[in-house]
Amino acid sequence: MLKIADLDLFYGDAQALYGVTLEIAEREIVAIVGANGAGKTSLIRTIAGMQRPARGTIRFVGQEIAGLPSHRICELGIGQVAEGRQIFPNMSVVENLEMGAVIRRARKEARSQLERSYAMFPRLAERRRQLAGTLSGGEQQMLAIARCLMGQPRLIMFDEPSLGLAPLVVAEVFEIIRRLNADDGLTIVLVEQNVAQSLTLADRGYVLENGQIVMSGAGAALLADDRVRQAYIGI
Amino acid sequence: MLYLNIILAGLLTGAVYALMAFGLSVIYGVIRIVNFAHGEMMVIGMFAAFALYRWLHLDPIAAMPLVAAVLFLAGYALQRSLINRFVTQPEPIQFLLMIALAMVLTSTMLIVFGPNAHNVQLDYAFDSYEVGGLLFDKVRVFAAAGALVGAALLWGFFQFTRTGKAIRACADNNLGAQVVGLDVARLYGITFGLGVACVGAAGSLMLLLVDVQPYLATDYTLLAFIIVILGGLGRIGGALLGGLLVGVSEALSGFFIDPSMKSMFSYGLLILVLLLRPQGLLGRRA
Repeated sequence: MLKIADLDLFYGDAQALYGVTLEIAEREIVAIVGANGAGKTSLIRTIAGMQRPARGTIRFVGQEIAGLPSHRICELGIGQVAEGRQIFPNMSVVENLEMGAVIRRARKEARSQLERSYAMFPRLAERRRQLAGTLSGGEQQMLAIARCLMGQPRLIMFDEPSLGLAPLVVAEVFEIIRRLNADDGLTIVLVEQNVAQSLTLADRGYVLENGQIVMSGAGAALLADDRVRQAYIGI
Repeated sequence: MLYLNIILAGLLTGAVYALMAFGLSVIYGVIRIVNFAHGEMMVIGMFAAFALYRWLHLDPIAAMPLVAAVLFLAGYALQRSLINRFVTQPEPIQFLLMIALAMVLTSTMLIVFGPNAHNVQLDYAFDSYEVGGLLFDKVRVFAAAGALVGAALLWGFFQFTRTGKAIRACADNNLGAQVVGLDVARLYGITFGLGVACVGAAGSLMLLLVDVQPYLATDYTLLAFIIVILGGLGRIGGALLGGLLVGVSEALSGFFIDPSMKSMFSYGLLILVLLLRPQGLLGRRA
């Protein structure tokens, strides 16, 4: 579904991605793991059209999307639950959700999707008039996920969805991701520092180090690999 | 009663000031660009209304929607073609761009209309309403009503329409706006267009109250700054309060001291606010 080849990204003179090549099949959960600063967020933002790669191709269902602006990429059905959640803090919960459905592909479904979001996250329904900035961290993460679903994506990229959340809430977020994949057939890209949990959930995984893919394989196989265990899990 | 009448005239003029400052506030609040050509755009609005009066005998009140629409398109085109390239540049560069733009606009107006003052002669120019001993100048009432309608329309646009909410979202979290696929560059164009439309509409209304000539521009730029800083940058209610305050202060100082001294008191207000409440009267602390 998503095929990336030889992707280079620069910030000025500093290179952030070196020839990244990876592939994600439809209905797969693929984890991209790595340490802080390995280039995970850069990779997500390049796919999302928020950074322009210097070289390489990104094909989504056969169409070349490298270099397209972010709003065009959202229209194709690539959604994102960004690092730090990136909700609109001074707008109400319902306005935040509406903003997820401004893209054209989502407008027709906006009303019914809003009902589905409220059914999925009853806390958001209770707080629909409240300013999003006053929600708890866990609630904000739910809002970010619900807002992304408002855009009717076919593929969702999760960037550090567990960051700063209590362990119980993290488990809840991972369960939501699992259900979105199993029940709704969404393709998932999961970028995480929480290596053990994300590789357990993922079908396959890639290990990103200093902007390069250094290892790939089935989630369980990577989890069993000594190098991965030593570098990222600490056992 | 005389004093009340002076305050009233100040409030009505202040409503037009508020609409002008509203435009500056909207542009800064969303795009984070300080429009140093704001007064020039105000004077363009005045000249546009004057041209419509001269050629089509259109009352400035009737010309206001037309002037606003034309200036919206011009502002949109200007932002998309030129200013958008400077959005991510450092502030001194933006400042130079906007100052250059202001100079180009003033010189163009000088070439087209010359340095002399022009005004409109309306048959109701000296009419007034009397309500319970208070005198309402007809032109001032019309101008203030036009300004309040314009401000209310803009407020409704931001509160209730999809595009208006999307613009607020860009201002609230720019990265978040890109994440959900908002076309930020297009929304910035619309925002700049709306800001320019606001000041253009205020310009047409102002033509009811004062004569127009190109050199007014700098005064209006400074006045708009005073108003938004008084009220609190980026606050819509702030522009309204600041506009009314400056209107009243000008009217009172013009009457009690000398009309040519009126700016001194506006600046005095500004200094007081900066000393006592630097975030502005309605502003939130950063």
